[in-house]
Amino acid sequence: MFERALAGDKRYWGLVIGLLAVIGAGFVAYLVQLRLGLQVTGMSRDVSWGFYIAQFTYLVGVAASAVMLVLPYYLHDYKVFGRITILGEFLAVAAVSMCVLFIFVDLGRPMRVFNVMLHPTPNSVLFWDMVVLSGYFLLNIIVGWNVLEAEKNQAPPPSWVKPLIYLSIPWAPCIHIVTAFLYAGLPGRGFWLTAIMAPRFLASAFASGPALLILLALIIKKFTKFDPGTKPIQTLAKIVTYCIIINVLFVLFEVFTVFYSQIPEHMRHFEYLFVGIAGYGKLVPWMWTSMIGMIAASILLVIPAVRRNHTTLAVACVMVVVTTWIDKGLGLITGGFVPNPFDRITEYWPTALELLISLGVWAAGFLILTILYKIAVSVKEEIG
Amino acid sequence: MPEEKKKVINSLKETGFYKQDRMYDRGKVIAGIVVFIVVAALPFFYNAGKAAKMPEPKLDTPMIQQLPEAERVCVLPTDEMRERHMVLLDEWRDQVVREGKREYTGFTGKKYTVSLQNTCLACHSNYDEFCNECHQYTVQTPVCWDCHIQKPKEWAG
Amino acid sequence: MLGLPYTKAEGMGRMKTVEEKTPTIDRRKFLKITGLSTIAGLLGGWKCIELLAPGELEATYLAKTEALTAKRWAMVIDMKKLTDDVAARCIESCHHIHNVPDVGDPKREIKWLWLERFENAFPGDEHEHMAESLEETRFLVLCNHCDNPPCVRVCPTKATWQREDGIIMMDQHRCIGCRYCMAACPFGARSFNWGDYRDLVKNKSPEYPPRTKGVVEKCNFCADRLGKGEMPACVEESEGAMVFGDLMDSQSDVRKIMREHYTIRRKPYMGTSPQVYYVI
Repeated sequence: MFERALAGDKRYWGLVIGLLAVIGAGFVAYLVQLRLGLQVTGMSRDVSWGFYIAQFTYLVGVAASAVMLVLPYYLHDYKVFGRITILGEFLAVAAVSMCVLFIFVDLGRPMRVFNVMLHPTPNSVLFWDMVVLSGYFLLNIIVGWNVLEAEKNQAPPPSWVKPLIYLSIPWAPCIHIVTAFLYAGLPGRGFWLTAIMAPRFLASAFASGPALLILLALIIKKFTKFDPGTKPIQTLAKIVTYCIIINVLFVLFEVFTVFYSQIPEHMRHFEYLFVGIAGYGKLVPWMWTSMIGMIAASILLVIPAVRRNHTTLAVACVMVVVTTWIDKGLGLITGGFVPNPFDRITEYWPTALELLISLGVWAAGFLILTILYKIAVSVKEEIG
Repeated sequence: MPEEKKKVINSLKETGFYKQDRMYDRGKVIAGIVVFIVVAALPFFYNAGKAAKMPEPKLDTPMIQQLPEAERVCVLPTDEMRERHMVLLDEWRDQVVREGKREYTGFTGKKYTVSLQNTCLACHSNYDEFCNECHQYTVQTPVCWDCHIQKPKEWAG
Repeated sequence: MLGLPYTKAEGMGRMKTVEEKTPTIDRRKFLKITGLSTIAGLLGGWKCIELLAPGELEATYLAKTEALTAKRWAMVIDMKKLTDDVAARCIESCHHIHNVPDVGDPKREIKWLWLERFENAFPGDEHEHMAESLEETRFLVLCNHCDNPPCVRVCPTKATWQREDGIIMMDQHRCIGCRYCMAACPFGARSFNWGDYRDLVKNKSPEYPPRTKGVVEKCNFCADRLGKGEMPACVEESEGAMVFGDLMDSQSDVRKIMREHYTIRRKPYMGTSPQVYYVI
């Protein structure tokens, strides 16, 4: 079926070439980082994880959200999602690819990455992260490809695909729970040491992933002959609504726990993020944009008329994607590291090279997404 | 040729896509093969007539010259070192760092401190004339030198 | 296919023809069998070679007889005895012996042993009316070589691990530079090589290998010196202000000083059980 990705109009090839150009630029920037080391980024001894890991954390959520389509369709026979489960699965493949790439570009000695497999360490959450991410990638590409191919041949998928689909359903939340556990088990980082880290990750994942999926579905509807249908988009919109509300609530729960208990160590991180400390406040405008945007998006999405109109729905979805990206990305990472274990503040901001490399990785993910979606859409256009 | 087959081939020929007696894209394919052969053979033509110099690792360092002739041996016999010094260094690395075993008994029974910089390079202090002779010839860039220093005494000043 | 000389359906009544008896195997099955047996052969052969290879390592590698050993190494820093000059010399000695670079940029500095004020070394323990002497005291801080180390728990490659004698070791050959250990350490004891800082070492020592970009490093309780029978460099320079010994040996220096003085540790409530104690 891959040949379907090679037959496209000028717009398609324009997109592919544009993405390849961005990937090329990102790759050259990465070569600079390989030569000079991670000092080309904005990271420091105090904030030792930054933009790359922030993107990784956000994208694991997007990847996990495929389950929001797979579960209702395969487990509860919710036929409405039948037309678009493939879009969710292929989005998961692209997202997981980006996750792995972001981890790779963040490593200090990337050529040694296979040490994680040569010296497996089950007590390390990062080891399990590699296991579940690789497994999820394989599950989604194998399931998605085979189901799509079966659809193209107008036949039922082979029987061995079903158990893999059922496996992917608990596996999806697992990848995000494991990622949350990366943070939630560290005794020295009070901002992250909370049981609500995993639920918060899941809530924002199931808000941002489906929101992204809605946007992609609307784009596909506009530019191709495949119409995902209004019903699946509407159901997804309802899922986004509930999950973004839950995410806002989880943030407010954390704020209550921290500020009602008045433990200085825990309060300091929120203070830095939302008010600034001693003149250090780079992230304050971003955090407030994120919070207010999230609340505004929740209010908008609650209104059925907003959800039904595809333009307003798209706007609300963009708001959801951007606000969760800030909250779960730089907000989460920097908040954990500032102030540092000595109660001092070192701020962080990504450098241009860091952003260029990140852009290259995003472009690589979008290229994978474009190719996979092209194949899926061409099959769907054919069979009607 | 049976009649049926003839009919089928004729109808296919009418579509313009069937070229049974010719290669598809013959010009491009042959051109591609020629280009490939030229590019693949370039290294041979470039180096025609030039023989690469055989490596001649030199052992005339002060430390080695100080030792009496009989004692000028390494931790293992020369041919064994030539063959597996890199494996030995890996073993040394793991034994020191991970096991804390700092003493190695050589094949002559002599005891050595397990250290690349302080034992190996103490005698072989001429990296360019010794180690690099063969490394260059075989195009090896050991990653050890990312961290370890080739001439420690010089580096430290 | 193979096996019986008569077809099952017809029982012994009709023997198989030559064509039927000739063992046939379709291409798919052939490829499957070939593939599986190749893998089995390779794995089995490899294992055999490993098992049969001479087990030389045990006899040829030994710890040095003069190496210092303990059941559980610990350190007590007597802040009453430590002066700023002595502390500076301890730091200088440590950073010289282990080729710790002077990066210059405070955001990226690498430090194995350094000084902190009370409210930074023991955040949360300070209050507004502390003793004046405490305000001026600068505490020597380093990796605590915890007994329950979160950094070891999170390392995905065991590039950092806990030795039997309690020292938290670093294997810079294996470290992939993921910096998870840096996130996990509650004491900020670990530094990362953001670039190749070998040329930034001020006072170079030819005996200890420096590090290149992309790996984490920290105090190693001078495991290399202990292996040669020497005390840690900072302890030797400290003129008795830093005491180092076996916590499990009731007659060791550390136990003696702990019996006589009140000692505190950094962030004990974290449960990491740090093994650097302070007499204040």
